[in-house]
Amino acid sequence: MNKANENLREEIIRMSGVNPKKCMRCGKCSATCPAFDEMEYHPHQFVNMVESGDIEPLLNSDSLYKCLSCFACIERCPRSVEPAKLVEAVRLSVIRRQGENHLTANDIPALIDDEMPQQAIVSAFRKYTK
Amino acid sequence: MKLSYFPGCTLKTKAKELDFYARKCAEVLGITLEEIENWQCCGGVFTTAKTEIATKLSSVRALKDAKAKEQALVTVCSACHNVIKQTNHAMQTDAEFASKVNNYMAPEEAYNGETAVYHYLEMLRDLVGFDAIKEKVVNPLSGKKIAAYYGCLLLRPNSVMRMDDPENPKIMEDFIRAIGAEPVIYPYRNECCGGYITLESPALSKKKSNTVSESAQNAGAELMVTACPLCRYNLVKNGSEIPVVYFTELLAEALGVKEAGNE
Ligand code: SF4
Ligand code: SF4
Repeated sequence: MNKANENLREEIIRMSGVNPKKCMRCGKCSATCPAFDEMEYHPHQFVNMVESGDIEPLLNSDSLYKCLSCFACIERCPRSVEPAKLVEAVRLSVIRRQGENHLTANDIPALIDDEMPQQAIVSAFRKYTK
Repeated sequence: MKLSYFPGCTLKTKAKELDFYARKCAEVLGITLEEIENWQCCGGVFTTAKTEIATKLSSVRALKDAKAKEQALVTVCSACHNVIKQTNHAMQTDAEFASKVNNYMAPEEAYNGETAVYHYLEMLRDLVGFDAIKEKVVNPLSGKKIAAYYGCLLLRPNSVMRMDDPENPKIMEDFIRAIGAEPVIYPYRNECCGGYITLESPALSKKKSNTVSESAQNAGAELMVTACPLCRYNLVKNGSEIPVVYFTELLAEALGVKEAGNE
C-alpha cells in the first residue's frame, strides 16, 4: 500500500470508528441492503476494500450516493462492523474536497415537486453536499 | 406534565397535520408540549462520522434548552427523533466529540447528554400509557385494519434508539389497538421506503416503496400509518393503493378532536 493510500485508509477508519478487521465476510450486510441492485460496490466490499487499502475505486464510484442511510447493515451485521459508517466516511472524504459536491442548490428545482417534504431536500444535502 | 417539543422543519410546512394533531392530542392527554424557542433544523439524517461536528450542533442546542428547563424532549417526526437521539448518544458516549461540541458552543454549563429524548409514540406508551389512552377514546376505529409502517429511523440502530425490538416491534401495533383498530402485521414494516434517494434515483425509491405498500396490502391492510413525512411522501407518490396517514391524525380521530380541523 503506498503512503497516500495508507493515510487515506487511516483517516477513513478514524472518521468512521469502524474496525474492518472484525468482518467475517458473511455478506449479510449486502444481503439486507435495499440499495444492493444499484450499487457497483456493495457494503461488504466497502469493508474489504478499505481493509486492504483498495480505496481508489470506491472514491470514484456512484455507490457512494446510493446508500439510503437505512442503518439495516449496521443493525444486522453479526460482528457489529457497521459498514454504512465506512460508506459515509469514504463519501465524506470525497465531498469535503473543494468542488466535489454531489448536489448543488441549482440542481434542486428540477428534482422536486409540490408534495415533496423539506425533509427529503435537507437530508439529500446532508448526504451529498459539504 | 410539561415537556419540551422539537417540531422540525417539515412539521411546520408539508406535514402540518402531523404537528397540529400531536399538540391537540397531547392536551387531551394532559401533556403540554412547549416548543423549543428558536429551534433549528436537525438536518434530516444523522451523519455517523465522528469528525462531523457543526452538523450536529442544532440537535445539541435543542437538547441543552430542554435540560435548562429540566424537561424531557419530545419529537414526532421519525427523522428528527433519530438525529437528535443519536446526537444525544454521541454526547453521552464519545468524550472527544462532546468536548469539541462544548468547546465550540462554550455553554455556561457543559452538556453531556443529560436530557431524556422521547418519540411521541414512546411518550404515549411510557408517560401516558396505552391503557389510559384507551379510556379517553370516544370514537374507536373499530374494525379498521391498519398496517403500521416503522421504516428505518424509529428503530435503528437499536443500540441507540432503544424504542422496541428492531426486528419485531410492537409499539405502533399497541397504539393501533389502543385506538380500537386492528393491527396488520406484514413482512416489510421495518424496511426502507428509499428515503432521500427519491431525489437521486426516483426509480429505486419507487421500487422500495412499492414493495412496502404491496406487502401491507397483501396482508389485508386498508390503511397505512407512519410517523415520517418522507415515508408518507414516497409511499403515496409511488402509487400506494391504500391511503397512508400520520399516526397523530388517527389518534385525533379516536380522541374526538379531529373535527377541530387543521388550523
Ligand atoms: S455483515 Fe458484517 S461480518 Fe458480515 S460481511 Fe458484512 S460487515 Fe462483514
Ligand atoms: S445503510 Fe446504506 S449500505 Fe447499509 S444497508 Fe442501508 S442502504 Fe445499504
